[in-house]
Amino acid sequence: MSATFLGMPGSFPKNSRKAVQNSQLRFNLRKATHTIRGKRAGVVGELPDWQELRAAGKAIKDHTLRNLDRYLLQLEEAVTRAGGTVHWARDAAEANRIVTDLVKATGETEVVKVKSMATQEIELNQALAAHGITAYETDLAELIVQLGDDFPSHILVPAIHRNRSEIREIFLDKMPHVPPGLTDDPPALAEAARLHLRERFLRSKVAISGANFMVAETGTLVVLESEGNGRMCLSLPETLISVVGIEKLLPSWRDLEVFLQLLPRSSTGERMNPYTSMWTGAVEGQDFHLVLLDNGRTDVLADEVGRQALRCIRCSACLNVCPVYERAGGHAYGSVYPGPIGAILTPQLRGMSSELDASLPFASSLCGACYDVCPVAIDIPEVLVDLRAKAPHAAAEKAGMKVAGWILNDHERLAKAQRAATRARKLVPKRLPGPLSAWTDTRDLPEIPEESFRDWWERNERA
Amino acid sequence: MRVALFITCVNDTLFPGTGKAVVSLLRRLGCDVDFPAAQTCCGQMHVNTGYREEGVRLARHFTEVFAGYDAVVAPSGSCAAMVREQYPKLAKPGSRGAAAIAEVAPKVHELSEFLIDVLKVEDVGAYFPHRVTYHPTCHSLRGLRLGDRPTRLLQHVRGLELVPLPGAEECCGFGGTFAVKNPAVSAAMGADKTRNIMDTGAEVLCAADNSCLMHIGGTLSRQKTGVRTMHLAEILASTEEAQ
Repeated sequence: MSATFLGMPGSFPKNSRKAVQNSQLRFNLRKATHTIRGKRAGVVGELPDWQELRAAGKAIKDHTLRNLDRYLLQLEEAVTRAGGTVHWARDAAEANRIVTDLVKATGETEVVKVKSMATQEIELNQALAAHGITAYETDLAELIVQLGDDFPSHILVPAIHRNRSEIREIFLDKMPHVPPGLTDDPPALAEAARLHLRERFLRSKVAISGANFMVAETGTLVVLESEGNGRMCLSLPETLISVVGIEKLLPSWRDLEVFLQLLPRSSTGERMNPYTSMWTGAVEGQDFHLVLLDNGRTDVLADEVGRQALRCIRCSACLNVCPVYERAGGHAYGSVYPGPIGAILTPQLRGMSSELDASLPFASSLCGACYDVCPVAIDIPEVLVDLRAKAPHAAAEKAGMKVAGWILNDHERLAKAQRAATRARKLVPKRLPGPLSAWTDTRDLPEIPEESFRDWWERNERA
Repeated sequence: MRVALFITCVNDTLFPGTGKAVVSLLRRLGCDVDFPAAQTCCGQMHVNTGYREEGVRLARHFTEVFAGYDAVVAPSGSCAAMVREQYPKLAKPGSRGAAAIAEVAPKVHELSEFLIDVLKVEDVGAYFPHRVTYHPTCHSLRGLRLGDRPTRLLQHVRGLELVPLPGAEECCGFGGTFAVKNPAVSAAMGADKTRNIMDTGAEVLCAADNSCLMHIGGTLSRQKTGVRTMHLAEILASTEEAQ
């Protein structure tokens, strides 16, 4: 069973230090993120109205979030009318209990899963396992992560930290009935996974999914994917349970026109994803349950700056363009949501009481590349800065910043401090002590000048 | 034209040569340069590290010091972006502070913006016979959207050979307190940046922000690469007579 993110020790600086030292990981990440980054730039660049689409996506999401109560009730009514059953889950425990009870009622002990961020967020697989129910991931990358007893490290490409020879090892080690002569040729690996999964699809009577979008007007759920494994799960089993965050809502069918352009181009760098599945309520005798998940989202909605994070459509464009993610990898973020979006979403959903969660808002150089590529214009740097003001600060840092603030608030105090630094200029060591050694470990210090600019001006220019 | 120089606290304390270069360049172009002595810091470090209260105090100080000038020029894309992009978010809408910010912020220009958009010059009469590569810096590129303004200015410098920097738009890893809070990732980003700089064969790395140059330059120096860093203002201030 895959490992759990919750209660993970460490902090982002500590976790990322380990990742930076792993040259294989850095090579894998650089290659993968730069490839997807390039593809995205190509297909976004060919649309003359991309900025208008982006603005429309933002506006639709903002409108929906402002009227979420109304649209959720409309969705419930539409899904119920179409023969589905809607359940409301306040938190992870409630959602896990609802799903476990639904599976138990079918008498089954195995379920197949469509790739879903929401069910990873609530750690549904672990909850099901505690009740003797085995959940099989069917997305190829999720399968690799699950078989490897590993953590996902990317929203779109959960096994981005693995290369093909590592994947071959995992298959040989953990996949039943795998051909012994399996090579690391991608088609051979895909074929092995296909044979393995096909058997699961045909056997399983219960499937669990998430959704990319829910349409309030019609009660339709939408899943975008590349492999077709999702569609197998959605259509073959007798019972389908979908766990979806309440922010995945769109008011009307027409709104999909915007998002079915924004998502694939931002995500996989494709004009259109290979498989788009849409279903409304219980289809062809299937038993359908929709579990609407809050799990901290209404708290995020109450925050005037942070609420924009709920616009996220999980495309992962921000991860692929982030220089910090590229070096640190996904695991350093200690959450199913890594990268820039994770750095603003995780502390809001989980709070900042752990050392790890409190370090996430600082896991950014504020370079702004994430905001530029976000298809729903989430100003991630703005939210990061806002969260930094709410995060706990170390006592020594707080004292240092207070002193700096006091000096900088008065030009005469600043001038005195500058003259003191100038007098001590020959005494500054090459390596600084304490936390400032973080600067001099890899960089030389600039030389302190003989005179500050303001003293030079005073001497030469003040008539 | 009467111009106030906002030197920025980093330049004032550590890079006075950049300030002197701005003064000599602007005077050469016919500007009357003033240095309001009460100025200190824009507050970016405090705000971006989560010390909003101190940051707001510094922002208030800035708006008081620079009220009443036609134009304020800052040789730092990052500090200019702080004033223009982030100040409006610090004040309560409709408050006196918000009005003061709305008055001052639009008059604050980064140096290359001021030269090209306000003074309408691209050829500032500079001479600098060296091979130079340019790092655009994040807040100039994605905050202020300076675009090709700095490189247009460099292209008009006589004797200067401008070589493109691979991966130019990628962050160097400075990020203010990020450099000490996340030193491993910051250093890894810096190492990749310096590798790209070395690949150009340039003698000089130029940028419009000394804080980024302090990080990249510190890395280049530690690696004993021999590549110098120079602020855009210092190259633009260089003339044949001075060489």
